Amino acid sequence: MSTGLSVTSVSYAYGAKQALDDVSFDVPPGQFAALLGPNGAGKSTLFSLLTRLFTTRDGSIRIAGFDMAKTPRQALEKMGVVFQSQTLDLDLTIRQNLSYFAALHGLSGRDARARIDRALDRLQILDRAGEKARNLNGGHRRRTEIARALIHDPSVLLLDEPTVGLDAAARQSITDHVHRLCAEENLTVLWATHLTDEVFDSDQLVVLHQGRILAQGRCAELRGDAPLKDYFLATTGIPA
Amino acid sequence: MKAYLTALRAIVLREALRFVHQRERFVAALVRPLVWLLVFAAGFRAALGLSIIPPYQTYITYETYIVPGLCGMILLFNGMQSSLSLVYDRETGSMRLLLTAPLPRGWLLFCKLLGSTLISILQVYTFLIIAALFGIQMDPLGYLAALPALLISGLMLGTLGLALSSFIKQLENFAGVMNFVIFPMFFLSSALYPLWKMAESSSLLRDICAANPFTHAVELIRFALYLQFNGWALLWTLLATVVFMALALWGYDPARGLVNRKG
Repeated sequence: MSTGLSVTSVSYAYGAKQALDDVSFDVPPGQFAALLGPNGAGKSTLFSLLTRLFTTRDGSIRIAGFDMAKTPRQALEKMGVVFQSQTLDLDLTIRQNLSYFAALHGLSGRDARARIDRALDRLQILDRAGEKARNLNGGHRRRTEIARALIHDPSVLLLDEPTVGLDAAARQSITDHVHRLCAEENLTVLWATHLTDEVFDSDQLVVLHQGRILAQGRCAELRGDAPLKDYFLATTGIPA
Repeated sequence: MKAYLTALRAIVLREALRFVHQRERFVAALVRPLVWLLVFAAGFRAALGLSIIPPYQTYITYETYIVPGLCGMILLFNGMQSSLSLVYDRETGSMRLLLTAPLPRGWLLFCKLLGSTLISILQVYTFLIIAALFGIQMDPLGYLAALPALLISGLMLGTLGLALSSFIKQLENFAGVMNFVIFPMFFLSSALYPLWKMAESSSLLRDICAANPFTHAVELIRFALYLQFNGWALLWTLLATVVFMALALWGYDPARGLVNRKG
């Protein structure tokens, strides 16, 4: 049974508008995959399907080997998500936010506390656990959300444009952090972005444009000698 | 089962914490029925004559009559308010967090509903205490007997809000729907006037009021406050709860793509 992420022939339409058209790709266990696409490419639609916010009859999605349509709860248990929009309760402390999420995954008491401490420590924000989320800057809020997504030890981590609205330093810090997590903890990561500087050469690259996959493979091999930005613009046909 | 209960406790606790952080909302929710009780009812007391109708065994003042209706008003407004926050949560993303938990969606929505209903009930009891301070008192056991009636009524109105929130695409659309739901539901009910009084002006209006689930929620509370049981009102309220919950579950069905559908 694969422990990574598998998307097979997935299509989705909003009425007459086709948002995703026969999208297929696999992310092997422990691999960082960047889903690169311009705004409106269908990344958020794909994330909504991956997280079962909505479903489609066309195609299948497997998370850590569990079919999202047939065994959604097992698939969701194996998945951590960082949404594009901010989902922290700003009036609650970081610990309260994480405790809430842990409970949604059936974790409570000493076990939950230990997991929360570990997750916060991993993201280097344990010392701020008692602060209200409102007092954190954008970068630390994102770190908190990533820590939260890791509490239940998922094998697949999905991040939908997690660096939107962050300054350059925070962007780089978050990007490096998640790459390191992926390498050190054998985490399968799908990172949606439209920013080419967030993709490393060693990453698996999936280029999505107008709901279709235009290219996929190892980033270094796909781009060759050209900068990734030039390769991306050339592949999608977007004028520079 | 432990996971279900852990989630329930967390969601209810989160609603409680939200409530603690929004004390102005608590006060605002109390001001509305108190204005009705202390200003409106005082003015209408002379204009409206009330005959002896169940569950009352003697003539009552108009203020006494409208107290159960105002309890219902708190539940109604809070039910709609919490559905408004659901639309907001959906737009801001925290609803996504809830719905991606590895538990049945129906259970997650029920937990949210129960949390907001319990907060509403707390507000109702605060209102009843203030009403008692102004001399509108019930049998002490009536306050206890009203608890299940308030819970069922609150859940019914909460499920209505939940169902509405699932069909509303954007927050801006909500205000209009509130006007088309809250006011007709409140005014076309037995909250302010008994149905026989309504029939004096129009039998059609009376029939509409009699079909309104809010009327039955109010009557359920009214009878319970006077230690009486109104089976018909209970049946209607439960039936409405089931229908609204089914609508909400359908509305939040992932196959319908509600959470992220294009507006």
